[in-house]
Amino acid sequence: MLSEAKHPDLRRTVAPLCAAAFAIALPFALRAFGLDFYLSLASRIVVFGVAATSLNLVLGYGGMVSFGHAAFVGVGAYVTGVMISDGVQSGVLHLAATVAITALVALVIGLVSLRTRGVYFIMITLAFAQMLYYLANSVKGYGGDEGLNIRARSLFSLGAWTLDLKNPLAFYYVALAVLALSLVALARFVPSRFGRAVLALRDDDVRAEALGFPVYRCKLAVFVVAGALGGVAGALSVNLQGYVSPNVLHWTQSGTLMVMVILGGVATVWGGLVGAAVLLLLQEVLGAYTEHWEFWTGWVLLAVVLFARQGLVGLLAKRAREKAPR
Amino acid sequence: MLIFEQALNGLQFGLMLFLLAAGLTLVFGVMDMINLAHGSLYMVGAFIAAWLVALTGSFVLGVLGAVALTAVFGMVLEAGLLRTLYARDHLSQVLATFALILILNDGTKMVFGNDLPLSAPAALAGPVELLPGLLYPAYRLLILGVGLALAVLLWLLVQKTRMGALVRAGAANREMATAMGTNIPRLFTAVFGIGAALCAVAGALLGPLLAVQVGMGENILILAFVVIVIGGIGSIRGALVGAILVGCIDTLGRTFLQHALREILPPQWASAAGPAIASIAVYVFMAVVLAIKPQGLFPARG
Repeated sequence: MLSEAKHPDLRRTVAPLCAAAFAIALPFALRAFGLDFYLSLASRIVVFGVAATSLNLVLGYGGMVSFGHAAFVGVGAYVTGVMISDGVQSGVLHLAATVAITALVALVIGLVSLRTRGVYFIMITLAFAQMLYYLANSVKGYGGDEGLNIRARSLFSLGAWTLDLKNPLAFYYVALAVLALSLVALARFVPSRFGRAVLALRDDDVRAEALGFPVYRCKLAVFVVAGALGGVAGALSVNLQGYVSPNVLHWTQSGTLMVMVILGGVATVWGGLVGAAVLLLLQEVLGAYTEHWEFWTGWVLLAVVLFARQGLVGLLAKRAREKAPR
Repeated sequence: MLIFEQALNGLQFGLMLFLLAAGLTLVFGVMDMINLAHGSLYMVGAFIAAWLVALTGSFVLGVLGAVALTAVFGMVLEAGLLRTLYARDHLSQVLATFALILILNDGTKMVFGNDLPLSAPAALAGPVELLPGLLYPAYRLLILGVGLALAVLLWLLVQKTRMGALVRAGAANREMATAMGTNIPRLFTAVFGIGAALCAVAGALLGPLLAVQVGMGENILILAFVVIVIGGIGSIRGALVGAILVGCIDTLGRTFLQHALREILPPQWASAAGPAIASIAVYVFMAVVLAIKPQGLFPARG
C-alpha cells in the first residue's frame, strides 16, 4: 500500500524535473556530439508542443472539439511577422500585440461558436479558420499566397543586455521557457477551483449549469486563453522559420495539431508535448529512410487509434499502474 | 449572357459537390462518423480514371471502370477499418481518418506519381450553342447532365426503394432502426460503396477541369462538409440544396466580386481579393444558416 501511494508522487515530481534537466542540457549534448543541426528540430518540437498544449486545454480539458486551432497559431504568426517586416523589432511589443490580437480573435470566434455544440461546433470553428486562411491568401501587401519572409527576429532588450531570437540557442531557451510555463500553468490549473469547474462542465454541462456555474463564460474564458497561447506559439514559429504563409492557417494544420493532442493523450498535461515530439520525430526519422514518410506515419497513427485508446501518455500511465505492486 | 453562363457553371460545380456530399452526409448522419478521408476517395477515383482512360483510350470506359473500382475500394475500406470506428468518439475518428489521408495521399503518389494528365474527350472539346449567341462548353454540359441524372437516381433510390427507406430510418434514429431488425452493418457497407462510387464520378468528371493531383481532395472535402452542415446532416435533399447554393455562391462570387472590386480597387488587388471574398462568403453563409436554423435547412432527425 505504501509503495503504491509513493509511486504517483515520485512520478509527479521526479519525472518533470528529469524532463526539464534533459531539455536544458540538450543543446550542450548536441554540440558535444556535433549534432548542432538537430537543435532546430528540438526547437520545432518545443514550439509545436506549446501549440498542441494550448489545443489540449480547449479540446481535452474544456471538452470543446475545436477544429480551427491553426487560426490562432496563424494569426499569432502573422501579427509578429507583419510587425517585424514593418520594422518593429521589440519582442515585448510583439508578444503584447500577439496576445492581445489572438485573444480578441478567439473572443469573437468563441462568442459565436460556443452557442453551438457537438458536430456544429467542430464545423463552425473550422469555418472561421478557413475564412482567416482565405483572408491571409488575399493580403497581397504581406506576401499573399506566397507567404511573408522576414529578415529580422524579435529582440528583447533590458538596459545593456539584449536577447536576439536570431540566435538559435537563445530561441531554443526562450521557447522552452514558454513551454515550461504553459505546462506548469496547466498542471496547476487542473486541481484549481476554476479547473474543477471546467472539468465539471466538460463532463456534464447541463448539470454544471443547474449547479449554478456560468458555463458559457467559463468555456469562453478557456477558449480565449488557449487561443492566446496558440498565438504565442505562432509568434515563436515565425521567429524560428523566418517565414509565415497562409498554409499555417489551413485546415490540415488544425488537423495536425489535433492529431498531436490525440496521439499524445487528450486531457493529460504532457499529452500535447508528447504528441508533438513523437509526430515530428517520426517525420524526421522516417524522412531519413524514405521519401514516403507520410505513408508510414499514417500507419503508426492508425495503430495508435486502434491499440492505444488513451493516447501514448495513457498507454505509459497504464503500464506504470500495471507494474506497480498491489 | 455572362450571368447565365456563370449560373450554369455554379450549378455544375454544385452538382459535383452534391455527389461528394451525398455519401458524406449519410456516413455522418447515420453512423455519426466524421470521415475526413472522404476527399481521398474523390482523389483515388480521379487517379484511377486518368490511368484507365490512358490505358483503354476510351473516356467512358475509364470513368466506368474507375467508378466500379473505387466502389469496391470504398467497401473494403469500410468493412476492414472504418466499421470499427463507428462506436468510437469523434476524436478517434478524426485521428484515424486523418491517418488515412496521409496513407492514401502518399500511397497514390507511390502508385501513380504526383499527378496524372486527364483531358476531356475530343468529341466534347468544342462549345455548343445553347441559345443564339450563348456558347457553352460541351464537356461542362455533359457534367451538368450526369450530375442531374445521378441526383434524380439517388433521389429515387432513397425515396422509392426498400434500401432507401432503411437508410432514412437509420438517419432518423439508428438505435430504433437496429431494434426493428435492420442489418445496419451490411446496409452500411453498401451505402459506403455507393458514396465512394459517387466520389469517383465527381473526381473523374472534374479531373479535366481542375487537375488530377495528390491533395486534390483536401479543399473540396471541407466544402462538402460545409454543404452537409448547411443542408442538415443525414439529409440527401439537404445535401442537394446545400451543394447547389454553395456551388453558385462560390462560382458567381468569384466572377462578379472580381468585376465589382475592379471598380474600387487596383486590378491586382481585385484579382486576389475577389476569389478570397467568394471563398469566405461560403463560410459566412454557413454561419448565417446555422444561426437561423441550427440543425441545417432540412434536419434529418425529426
